[in-house]
Amino acid sequence: MRDELAIHIASDADIVKARQEGRALAERIGFSGSDLTIIATAISEVARNIIKFAKRGEIVLQRVDRNPRDGILVIARDDGPGIPDIPLAMQDGFTTGHGLGLGLPGCRRLMDEFAIESSVGEGTTVSMKKWVSS
Amino acid sequence: MEVPILKQGHYLIATFQAALTDEDLLKLQDALVERVGKFRSRGVIVDVTALDVMDSFAARTLRALAHMVRLRGADTVIVGVQPEVAFAMVQLGLTLEGVATALDLEEALLLLNSRAKGVGARAR
Ligand SMILES: Nc1ncnc2c1ncn2[C@@H]1O[C@H](COP(=O)(O)OP(=O)(O)OP(=O)(O)O)[C@@H](O)[C@H]1O
Ligand SMILES: [Mg+2]
Repeated sequence: MRDELAIHIASDADIVKARQEGRALAERIGFSGSDLTIIATAISEVARNIIKFAKRGEIVLQRVDRNPRDGILVIARDDGPGIPDIPLAMQDGFTTGHGLGLGLPGCRRLMDEFAIESSVGEGTTVSMKKWVSS
Repeated sequence: MEVPILKQGHYLIATFQAALTDEDLLKLQDALVERVGKFRSRGVIVDVTALDVMDSFAARTLRALAHMVRLRGADTVIVGVQPEVAFAMVQLGLTLEGVATALDLEEALLLLNSRAKGVGARAR
């Protein structure tokens, strides 16, 4: 039983792979029902951002031990162009990629914890957590 | 993974699998629009019952598909959005605005039939 894995993201097939691995790990951690879909959806969004804006990167999925219930940590990392204005990028509807501009703000709503770090020319790291609910 | 497209009378039915890549979705969109023209179909039913995730890309593609199909004179009905998937879509902020949805195939067919009648009645 692997509770930490890294998935290289370089094509749209990798987006599907990442969300499937994420769902499988979440299930092992104890998530069920709509939480599994929520986690898979959030992974799909950050993985697609990697492909769209940075071409390649990785998704790290990890179990987080916490009492009384565990959680999942999802990290999406790339060495792409970075985000110049994070508060702007976090706004519903803001997009530089002809999208709906819902990926990042949507992930913040889907997950329990959400953090983003980015510097222009260096890359972007999104970290998200969700805890198993009672 | 190719999405099979079934022709049933005046309608086309496409059934999604769980794991569709963005490329699969775009291919399906093209294939459906092409076939609506070729078969002069009046309606398209997209069955997403098996789909694991409806993310921003999938929702955008379905909306674009429905729009293109409309421009070719046919209607689109999305069938089988699962409760968990709907829940995640709402939190993400996604809508299928302007796209008809139905609970199952039967309801979708009823919807398309009634629309076809509606158009006929208006034309008379
Ligand atoms: N990994 C990244 N590297 C560089 N820029 C990014 C990255 N992720 C997001 N961005 C920037 O933040 C903006 C908002 O991202 P978000 O995912 O919310 O929307 P989108 O990808 O443009 O559209 P959608 O996700 O709705 O299809 C993007 O348009 C892009 O400018
Ligand atoms: Mg996005």
